[in-house]
Formats: sequence, structure tokens, C-alpha cells
Amino acid sequence: MVDRHLFGLGLRKPHYGAFLDGAEPVPVDFVEVISENFMVEGGRPLDVLRRVRARHPVALHGVSMSIGSADGIDVDYLRRLRALVDAVEPLFVSDHLSWSRIGGFNAHDLLPLPYTGDALAVVCANIDRAQEALGRTMLVENPSSYIHLPGEMPEWEFLDMICRRTGCALLLDVNNIIVSASNHGFDATAYLAGIPAARVRQIHLAGHSQGRALLIDTHDRPVPPSVWSLYAAALERFGPVATMIERDDDIPPLAELLDELALARDIASDRERRAA
Amino acid sequence: MTLRALQHGFRDWLTSESGPLAGRYPAGLAVYLNTYRAQLMACLSDSYPMLVAWLGEAAFAAAAATHIDGSPPHGWTLDAYALDFPVTLDGLYPEDPEVAELARLECGLGLAFVGPDAAAVDPSRLGNVDWEAAALHLAPTFRLLPATTNAAAIWSALAAGERPPPAERLPQAASIAIWRQGFTPLFRTLEAEEGEALALIRAGHGFGALCAALVERLGEEHGPARAGAFLGRWLGDGLIVDVN
Repeated sequence: MVDRHLFGLGLRKPHYGAFLDGAEPVPVDFVEVISENFMVEGGRPLDVLRRVRARHPVALHGVSMSIGSADGIDVDYLRRLRALVDAVEPLFVSDHLSWSRIGGFNAHDLLPLPYTGDALAVVCANIDRAQEALGRTMLVENPSSYIHLPGEMPEWEFLDMICRRTGCALLLDVNNIIVSASNHGFDATAYLAGIPAARVRQIHLAGHSQGRALLIDTHDRPVPPSVWSLYAAALERFGPVATMIERDDDIPPLAELLDELALARDIASDRERRAA
Repeated sequence: MTLRALQHGFRDWLTSESGPLAGRYPAGLAVYLNTYRAQLMACLSDSYPMLVAWLGEAAFAAAAATHIDGSPPHGWTLDAYALDFPVTLDGLYPEDPEVAELARLECGLGLAFVGPDAAAVDPSRLGNVDWEAAALHLAPTFRLLPATTNAAAIWSALAAGERPPPAERLPQAASIAIWRQGFTPLFRTLEAEEGEALALIRAGHGFGALCAALVERLGEEHGPARAGAFLGRWLGDGLIVDVN
């Protein structure tokens, strides 16, 4: 449980110098890294991670667990992730409500799930297995999606069900809610209202792009007003969480991301002042 | 449709634009297909920067597209997808063997970059070694590639931002040793004799066996001296991580 607001950034190569060698630690409460980038045997990547960990708490965020796969989770993947977890002692371990592997094929993308009882059973069994292998509670992130598959419940109810059945927690990506709400025509505030507030540990903030017919989750621009607005509403519901700006392309100077993070701090402070 | 059937259908769409999903959700499926192919293309071009420079972006993209069409990814790590690309290049460039050799060199350097850590042995601590019985342990990142072309010289020129030499066959078959020293992947082109010597060590034979093999080839006068020269070079390269 997070008992106060935390504010972090994703560790990206252009900012390694500042995070590793800056005279003062970068003013963040935690750093999030992509787990798979460090699930290697040795070399510079692990040295970078060791040095960052010496300065900051680290959250491990995965993209390849494939917790929605009907084939289950790759055993070698879990073994390597467990080794990384043991080495880093992370603040959180998270991955997405999506799938990428089936029948020996791996799409290396966050593919959508139908929100059905069949899928719920598969996802819960996979999360159970992952949490047992990792020896800890996982955070599951809501995806952005470009297809609305026929299902039996909305995404937020599916998330609520997996939390209830597996004891997992949630990483709520506010940008993904905006993207999927636009693409599938649901109300983003209804989504927030359906999320089990007590299970939300972390929030991702990011930007998106307008494609030809759909909003695309590109993470290549500043957090837009629509996401900030929903973030403020999310904090009203969820209270203290760990918030992080997720930028993966067209990465700006670190100072710009810190300025964006300051906006998140302002929104959280404003909410706390009003609550007091 | 069951979850499993849906996921197989998605695989069919991404790999061949066919199957039960084709024609449904056109806008959304186009996004997933574009992301799938773009991700694999980026993986290949990020893994083979010198090959991109050697072939040119258009030819590289065409070769990568052929690989993506014929070799869907299997491993959980995207990095693994780049490993089989040289096999596709063997088929695409049978008359230009430097292309696949350049790719295998880049691939080997990439593997060495994230391979297991091991410090090179300190030569000053080898004073009491019984060399006749000594086993030499190579760096865990060590690998040996066959070389029939000047791909290594092409790589070096491209990496230095210089004009690369024209591709040519080597006068004699050689090999390329790849390993990592500290955090830096290194390579060196070896003449056949040194490559065979390292292959012997990699197979688990000790320094005594290496001496015997070189005595058989070069005679009692030159064999041990050559073995000693090789050992000195390997120690200087940081290729040896233990002697016992």
C-alpha cells in the first residue's frame, strides 16, 4: 500500500547520465524500468540498473509476460523475472492485461482480450502462477486497445474481478483509458468509477496521437489536457498512489519531464489541500 | 470463439493477413499489423546498424521484410528475433557472403554485450601454474565465427565512419573471435591456426594438449613457442578468465 504520493519517471537511455552520474540524484521518488531490458545475463545493462538502484527505488514494468495467453506464461520468462526481482527488490512489479504469445508465436505487442468468463479464467490462472513464481503481488495495467472484442463485461469489471480472484493490484494508465474510451465510445469517468479504488497502487501518465480513425497510444508527446483532467479525477477516487510519466519516443530533455512531473505534484497537492 | 481460437486467429492475421479475423475490425487490425511489423523492423535495424550502412536502407528494409514474412518471432524477448536474420541473408545474398558474415559479426557483438560477466585473469598471478596440466577457461562471452570474407574490415571501417573497403574473399579461410572485456564487446580476425587452437581450448582441452597439437604440426622446436605466443596474446586480449 502506498501511504503517500510518489512521483517517478521511466529510465530512458538519453537520461542515463543524469540518473547515474549527476552530482545530485534526480528529484524523483522512484524510477521505472522496462523489465525485459534487464533480464539479461550481464554486461552494461545490469551495471546501469545496479547503479540506478543504489540511488532510487525501482519499479519493474514488463511488456512480455503475456498474462492473457491461453498457452500460459513462459516458464523461462518467469524464472528470469524472479532473478531480477530478487536482485532489485523493486517497489512494484507490473505487466499488462493483454497477451502476446500463442502456439509458439510471440507478437511482441500488447494484444487485446475479450472480456469473457473464458478469458477471466485464463488471466487469473496466469496471474496466480506469476505471483507464486515471483513471491509477491503483481500490478496489472489496463491496456489501450484498437478493437473492441465481443465480451460479457466492461474492462473495469474484468479488472475488478481479477483483483478479487487473484489478490493482484492495479497500475492504472490514465492515458490508456482516454485512448480506449475514444476508440470504443465509453465514458472515461464511468471507467474510473468502476475501478476498485483500494487496489490501485500506481498511475501512468502519457501522451497519444490521432491516427486516421483511432487514437494511438504513442507515448511520444507531452501529457495532454484530457489526461491531466482524468488524472485529477482519479486522485479524488484513489488517494495516494505512485504516479509516473511514461515517455518512450521523441524523448525530451530530462528537465521537461521533471516539469511535467511537477504538474502531477501540483494536482496531488491541490487535492490534498482540498481534502484537508 | 474461444480465447485460444481468437489468439490463433490473431496470429494468422499478423503473420499472413488471413484467418477468421481478416475483414473484421479493419481500422483496429491495421493498427496491430502496423505495430507488429514496425516493431520487428526496428528490432532488426537496431540490431544490425553496420549492415544497414553496408546494404543501404532500402535494401536492408527489403531483406528485413522478407525475414518478417518468413520467420515469425517465437522467443519471449524481442532481442532473440534478430538472431536468425543471418540465415535469411544467406538465402538472399548467396553471391555476396560478406552480407551474412557482417550480420553474424554484429549479432555476435550484440550477444557479447549482454553475456555473462567474468573478469579476465591477471597474468601476474600465473607464476605457479603447472602449464602441462593447466586448463584454460575462456570468457563466457567468447564465440568463434568462420570467416571467408573481409566482413570484419568492412565492419571496422563502417564503425569508424570511414569508407568501407570493397567486399572480397579472404585468400585463406579464417575465423573471428568475439568476446567482451569489461563492458565492451571486442573481436579479432584470426588466421586458421590460431582459430583451431582456440577451438581446441573451447572444446575443453588444456594447454598441454594445445602444445602437443602444435608440436605435431610445427615440430618440437616451434610448437611450444607458438603455443606460448598464442597464450600471451589471449591473456593480453582478456580472453582468459581462469587458469587451473
